[in-house]
Amino acid sequence: MSECHDCAGCAVAEPPPSLQKGARAHVVAIIGPPNSGKSTLFNRLTGLRQKVANFPGVTVEQRVGKARMHHKERDVVLVDLPGVYSLSPRSEDEQVTRDVLAGAMPGIPKPDALLLILDCTNLGRHLVLAAPILSLKLPTLVILNMADDLRSRGGDVNTAELASELGAPVALVSASKGEGVEKVFQFMEGTAAGSTTMTAPRVELPILQNIPQCRKWAHDVGSSAAYRAPAPPIWTRRLDSVFLHPIFGPLIFLIVVAGVFQTIFSGAKPMMDGLQALIVQFGHVIEHILPPSIFRSLLVDGILSGVGAVIVFLPQILLLFLFIGILEDSGYLARAALIADRTMAKFGLQGKSFIPLISAYACAVPAIMATRTIENKRDRLATILIAPFMTCSARLPVYTLIIAAFIVDRPIIGHFFGMQAAALLGLYVLGFVAAIATARLLKSSILKSERVPFVLEMPPYRWPTLRSLGLRLVDRSKVFLRRAGTVILLVIIVLWVLENLPMKNGKPPEIADSFAGMIGHAVEPVIKPLGFNWKIGIGLVSSIAAREVIVGTLGTIYHSEGTEDSVGLRKALQSDLTPGGAVALLVFFAFAMQCMSTIAVVRRETGGWKWPAIQFTYMTFLAYLCALITNEVVRSGIFT
Amino acid sequence: MMLQMSVNNGHVAAFNAPFARTLAQLPEGEAGVLDRLDLPDDIARRLMELGFLPGHTIVPARSAPGGNPRVYRVDGSEVALRRETASHLILRPSKPSGKTL
Repeated sequence: MSECHDCAGCAVAEPPPSLQKGARAHVVAIIGPPNSGKSTLFNRLTGLRQKVANFPGVTVEQRVGKARMHHKERDVVLVDLPGVYSLSPRSEDEQVTRDVLAGAMPGIPKPDALLLILDCTNLGRHLVLAAPILSLKLPTLVILNMADDLRSRGGDVNTAELASELGAPVALVSASKGEGVEKVFQFMEGTAAGSTTMTAPRVELPILQNIPQCRKWAHDVGSSAAYRAPAPPIWTRRLDSVFLHPIFGPLIFLIVVAGVFQTIFSGAKPMMDGLQALIVQFGHVIEHILPPSIFRSLLVDGILSGVGAVIVFLPQILLLFLFIGILEDSGYLARAALIADRTMAKFGLQGKSFIPLISAYACAVPAIMATRTIENKRDRLATILIAPFMTCSARLPVYTLIIAAFIVDRPIIGHFFGMQAAALLGLYVLGFVAAIATARLLKSSILKSERVPFVLEMPPYRWPTLRSLGLRLVDRSKVFLRRAGTVILLVIIVLWVLENLPMKNGKPPEIADSFAGMIGHAVEPVIKPLGFNWKIGIGLVSSIAAREVIVGTLGTIYHSEGTEDSVGLRKALQSDLTPGGAVALLVFFAFAMQCMSTIAVVRRETGGWKWPAIQFTYMTFLAYLCALITNEVVRSGIFT
Repeated sequence: MMLQMSVNNGHVAAFNAPFARTLAQLPEGEAGVLDRLDLPDDIARRLMELGFLPGHTIVPARSAPGGNPRVYRVDGSEVALRRETASHLILRPSKPSGKTL
C-alpha cells in the first residue's frame, strides 16, 4: 500500500519503479500535438511494459514504459507527455510538458532524447511545434505519423529535404500499422549509445510567441520540403453526412448509446454470474480442503466473498472499455460528443461527459476512468464528482430488498408497471436529478467555467486495431484490479475482524456483542432520526466497502440467508424498520457514496485525497439530510 | 474584456453590424476568410493554434442537430466550435474571390 500514503497531500511522489531501478537508464520523451498518434506510437514501442500514473501533484496522466529494444546494452525508458500545440505554459498539460523537458519534474530525469510526433496529413499546422522543440537542442527525431493516410490521399513530402531544413532526422511512420517504426528504434539505439549528433538547422527557428509567424515559418519549411497536403478524406465526409445527418445522426446516436447501455447492463450479466459461480465454487473447494477454523472463515467469508464482490464487475468494465475503445479509435466518439453537447451544456457540462455518465449506470468506477477522454480539466472533474449519483448496478440488490419488503405492488398501468417498478424508476430519476443539480452547483461555483472554450477536433474515421483495443483492455483491468482491489481487501479484512472480535470462549461473539455491534450501537443516536436502528447502523458501516455488502451484513445480523430475495430477511426487516425508515434507507442509498472502489478510483484520477474527501462528505451529508426529511415526511402521514 | 458569451450573441451582432459577418452566420458549405478573433488573448491563441488564424479560409460543415455546435473545416482539419465561440470570430467582408487564399 505504499502508493497510498505518499500522496496524502504532498507534492513529491516516488518515481515510477521503471525509472527508479536503472538510474542510468536512457530517458526518451514522446511529444506531439493532440491526435497526432502519440499513444499509438508509445504502445507500439513499449508493448505491455508500461505504467500509468499521474504526474506528481497534478491530474495529468503520466505514462512511462520500457522500449522493446533489440540490443539491450542500456535500458531505454519512454515517457509519454501530454498532447500540446505549444510550450507556452497556459494549461496544466503544457506546464507539465515544459517541466519534464526542462528536467524540473520531480522523479523524472531530464530526457536524453526526444521523439517529436506530428500528423503528416496536417503538417502545416503540426510543424509549428517543431520550432520550440528543436530549439531545446536535444537529440530529436521528427516522426511524421499517418504515412499511410498521406499516401492514400495523394499527399507527399520529401523527408531528406525536411531533415536538412530542420537539422534533425525525419522518419515517415504509420504507428497504427507499425510501418517505419524500425527507424524509431534505430534512432533510440543511436542516442542511447551517444553516437547521435544534431546538425544545425538550415532555417532559423522562429521565436515562440507569435502564432501567425510560427505558422508562416511552418508553411515555408513545408514548401521547401516539397510538402503536398493530402486531399480531404472522402470517406470521412461521406460517413459524416450520415452520422451528423440532422435526423439519422441523432437516431444512430441513440441506438449506439442504447446498445452500449444494454450491453454493459445485461450483456455482461451471464459473464458476471459465471464469475460469481466460479468464486463460490472456489470457496467450496477451500472449505473442503481446510478444516473449520477462524482462518478459513476469514479466507472464505471475508476475503474471497469480499474481493469476489469486486472482481465480479470486471466483465462490465472490460465490455465498457471495449465499446469506448471502438468508439474512440474509430472517431465516432467525437461525433457523439458533438451531438450530445447541447443537452449536456444545459447542465453546465459538455458533450464528452455523456458517455462516462451513461456508463455510470452500470458502475461508477469504469465511468470515472472513462472521463480521461475529457480534456477540459474542470469539466472532467465535474463529471467525476457527479458520476456516483447515477444509479449503479450495486444499488440494485439493496433497492430490490427494501422495495420488496415495504412497497405493496399495486398495479399502476396494468400488470406491466406496478408500484414496485415505479419506486425503482423513481430511485433512478432521483439519482439523475441529484447528479444534474450537483453539476449545476459545481459549475456555477468552485468549478466555474474556465476561459477555455469548447473545442472539439474531429479526427478522420479509421478502423480500430485489435492491438490497440487489446492493450487498452489489459491496461484498464490492471488499473481496476490493482487499485480498487487492494482497498476493498483491506476494508473487508477490517470488517471481518470487527464482526468476529472480541472472542468469547474461543468462539466469535454474537453480532450485537462484537466490535461491529458496538459501532452499530455507537452510531445509533446519529441515525435514529432517519428511522434506522443499530442493526441498520452496522449495515451502513459495512456498506462503505460496497453498497451491496449491506444485504449480506443484514442477513448475518438477522440470522437469515444473505440473499436479496430471502423471505426471512424481508419479514425480519418489516418488523424491525418503520415504513418511514425504509423509504429513508432507499433515499440514503440513492445519494450516499457507499463504495470504496469509487473513492479509490477518484483519488487515483484526481491525484490526491482532496476531491474524494469533498465528494464523500457532500454525498453523505446530502444522503443524511434527504433521508431525514423523507423519514419525517413519511412519519407525518401525508401519504397515508 | 469580452468574456460574456451567450448563445444569442451571434444574432445580436447581426443587427448591430450587418457588414462584418461572424463565423456563426456563415452558411454551411460557404467559404469565409477570417479577419480577427474578438476574444481574450488566451482563448484567441488557443483557437489560432488550431488553425483559426486571420487570413485563413474557413468552411462551415455539418453540425449537431439545431446547428450548434458546428464543425468547421480550417487549415486541413475539422474542428467543432459552439455558436457562442464562432460568433466572436469576425470574417472579412465577403467578396466573390474569397477562396483564393
